[in-house]
Order: sequence, then structure tokens, then C-alpha cells
Amino acid sequence: MSLLALSDITIRYSRLTAVRNVSFSMDEGEILFITGPNGAGKSSLLRAIAGVTPVAGGRIDLAGHEITGQAPENIARLGFSMVPEGRDVFGSLTTEENLLVGTGMHARERGWRSRAADELEAVYATFPMLKERRHGQAGLLSGGQQQMLVIGRALMTNPRLVAIDEPSLGLAPNINDQVYERLIALRAQRQLTLLIVEQSSARAMMVGGRMILMRGGQIVLDGDARTLGNGEAIQAAYFGYEDN
Amino acid sequence: MLQILFDALSLGSLYALGALGIALIFGVMRLVNFAHGDVIAFCVFALLWPSTDAMAIVFAGQLPWYLLVPFVLLCGAGLSVLCEIVVFRRFRQANPATMMIASFALGFVIRYFLLMLFSSRPKSISLLPELSQPVEILGARLPLLQLITIVTTMVILIGLTLFLRQTRFGLEMRAAAENFSMARMLGVRANRVIMGAFALSGALAAAIALIFGAQTGTLDIQMGASIMLMAFIATVIGGLGSLGGAVLAGFLLGAASVIMQVMLPIDARPFRDAFVYGAVILVLLFRPQGLIAARGTKERV
Repeated sequence: MSLLALSDITIRYSRLTAVRNVSFSMDEGEILFITGPNGAGKSSLLRAIAGVTPVAGGRIDLAGHEITGQAPENIARLGFSMVPEGRDVFGSLTTEENLLVGTGMHARERGWRSRAADELEAVYATFPMLKERRHGQAGLLSGGQQQMLVIGRALMTNPRLVAIDEPSLGLAPNINDQVYERLIALRAQRQLTLLIVEQSSARAMMVGGRMILMRGGQIVLDGDARTLGNGEAIQAAYFGYEDN
Repeated sequence: MLQILFDALSLGSLYALGALGIALIFGVMRLVNFAHGDVIAFCVFALLWPSTDAMAIVFAGQLPWYLLVPFVLLCGAGLSVLCEIVVFRRFRQANPATMMIASFALGFVIRYFLLMLFSSRPKSISLLPELSQPVEILGARLPLLQLITIVTTMVILIGLTLFLRQTRFGLEMRAAAENFSMARMLGVRANRVIMGAFALSGALAAAIALIFGAQTGTLDIQMGASIMLMAFIATVIGGLGSLGGAVLAGFLLGAASVIMQVMLPIDARPFRDAFVYGAVILVLLFRPQGLIAARGTKERV
């Protein structure tokens, strides 16, 4: 059974339809890129899975539970962890406090404190820079540091599926390379299932894995990133040339 | 001189506690809760047995202080949480203006409920009379109550700071105040955080009610409204949603009121409040975002 399944999802903002009858599913351990131009509905789709944007139609299942219309805090408890566009660091909190916010939801389980402490050490091991700035105000970190912080924060909840919305946004290319390097290492280490939204398909072709290309609220292509990336099909799909 | 300082501090304490109660709720749900003053009034009247006689029939007010204080705090927290469950929960998705108007309406409901039970006549009560004895400090004679007010406020402020900084619930509240939807995506329960904020805010209202009741000895269903106005102004000057700013501005307003009372020429003293509000306008002209601008102006979801 798939870890995440969307069927026939439609999202509307008053009269504007952002996503139209989108269906796809993801298996445990998969890496899936959703790419496409501005306004294709990629972010809306992620926000709908997270439960912060309501869907107008369709059904979403996560880890064997229907989550359509569920509260974000309940979806998080099922193992969905989100890194939103623009990162949404809690700027007035310290770096460490940012990391700890998400551990509270396991507070009912036994031994959660020691597990949270282990998890914190693991995140610090991956991002040593965060440990150096652990007691500093998170709002004062640089863009790249904040991106690493929010990835670390997403991992702290011990998720089954991590969704990242435009990790490259506003980052210098070399910083962006570093972020992806860590992500790929993390994925190998923890068998993370990753759902990444990016505007350009270049990154997906570099990293490999599966890629879905969206345009105008619909899926236009779905397949292996490297195979898709080398065809003319992707250019046609991305820019919307039709039969010429 | 010392007398002026203590007057300023004790008046500022009331404003600061009131402002904190408003700022806490604004922080987590962008609601300016105008019913807060009426929660204060409700807590004061919780000391009495309902009757419309001019004579106050003291009920809870007779309890020894170690029972009285928890009882009133619980009344405040309980009423405040009830307001959230019955009224504000239905308005979570509404825009801030709608919520504000709902809070006005709720305030009137509470006020007229009290009016029905107690009539509109002010009643006198001697609450914790042992506190009105003067004590001598550095040659100045100060009412013991004033000292207790200041000390209690300090204890509440320190306690609240520790709670917000050191506990998991405090961390969740601060995260939610800054970015509610992100906090929820990290598993922070919206209802728990909001109810927690209302409970704290209600307990703060109860603390004000106790201090005010003991200070003035007069109970009036309008009394909450006057504190509420000053407290609201303090939250705005402090920077809406900023807890530190609310407290700071509360004390500044208290100080401004007391200092003007002393420094203004005798003829102008009846217009003291006009001068205080004038100063408020000046502050807002120069710092429209408030003294300490709050972070987290992100939209609620």
C-alpha cells in the first residue's frame, strides 16, 4: 500500500481553481519532485496535504488513514512533516527552541524526552552550524542556515514523509548545493521519503528519482526524472507548446 | 517622592496585568478581546452572593485568603475558557474586525448578566482588611496593600516569563503566537494553545479583580471597562501582541498618570486623563508599530 495517495484533488481559492483533479501516489522510501512553472498549483497541493489549505474535492490518504479535511496537527501526528515555502522560521525563538517545537506531540509516549534529545544530537551532527548557534535567535540566521534549520526542525518530529516547498528559493547556488547534499545524505541515512517542490526540473534531473510536472493545476508528465528530463517532451510540457 | 514611585508602580501594575491579558490572546488568535474588562468585573462580583440589595452580601469574600485567591483565579480562568468555547471558537476563521465586535457583544452579555444579578448600584466591601494597614519604609508610610500589589505583580510577571521560556506548553504558545499555522504543522494543538491563553488571561483578570477590589473597596459593574481601556491602550503602545511591550507600556501609563497628577497645575488636574491620552497619541505618531514591535504578523490559518 502506498504511503501517500491523492485522488481527484481539486483546490479552489474563491473562483480561481488552483488544482484540478490531480491524482498520484507515493511509496515509502520514494523521492518525488513536483516541478512546474509559477502558478502550476504545486504549493497549493503541498499545503492541502498538510491540512492548511482546504480541498474543494477529492480525497487524500496518508499511512492508511484518510486525512482529507483533518487538522494540520493531526496530519503531523501521522508522520507528515512540512517545510513550507519561505521557510517560516520562528524568528523570535532560539535555534534550539525551533527544533524542539515539533517534539511536543510525542509527549504522551514513554521516553519521549530522551528520544527528543537523541534526535536533537542527530540533527546537530548533520548540521554542526546549528549547534554553534543553538542559543542564538533564529531570526538572525542567514537564509541558508534557516533552510537547514527548518529541514532539521521537520526531522525532529520523526516523520515518515518530509515535504519541502522550494528549498532553493532565495538561496545562492552554492548554498543550495550544500542543502541538497545534506538532504541526499539524510535520505540515505534514514530511508526518508521525500516530496520536494521545485520550479525548475534541473535539480530533479541531477538528484534523480521520480518527477511530476504540473502546469495550470494539472499533472502533465509523471515518470523518471532523468528520462523525462532528456526529452523534448519536458520542454513542451513546461512551456506549453502543443503539437508544434 | 517614594510615595509617588509606589503609586506609579502599583497603578502601573494593574495596567500591566490588564495589558498582558489582552496581549496573550491577541498573540495566539489576533483577537482584541474587549470582553476582558467584563471578565474582571465578573471576578469581583464572584466575591458576593447574588442580590440586588444595596448592601453587599459577602460570600466568597469571607473566605481566608488561601482559599479566596485560588477561588477567584479559577472563576476568571473558567469564565474566560468558557467564552472561548462558546463564542470565540466559532469565529476562528473570521476576520479580526468580526472577532472584535463579537468580543464587544460578549462583554455586554457578561455585564448585563451581572446587572441582572446585582443591580447597577455600586457596593462596598471590605476585602482582606488587614492589608490596608500602613507600613513604614525609608521614612515613608505606605499602605501594605500597595507593596503587596507590586510584589504580586512582579511574582506573576516572573512566573509567566518562566512558564513561557521553560515549559513545553510555553514554547508551543510562543511558537503559535509567532506563526500559528506553522506551529500546527509541527503538531501543536490549536485548541489547547488557545484555551491555555484564555485560561491565563482569565486568571490575570482575576488577579486584577482581587487587587482592585481590595484597593477601592467598591464594586461596580462598570469598573472593568475603565481598566480595560487603559490596558488596551497599553497593549497598542507596547506593540500589539508583544508581551514585553504590553507590560512596559502598562507601567509607563501608570507612571504618566501618577506623575501628571502631581505635576500638573491644580486647575488642569481634572483633565489629567486628557493629558495622558495626548501623550499616547504622541507616542503612536512617532512609533505607530508600538514600543516593541511584535514579530509574527503572519496570517492565522
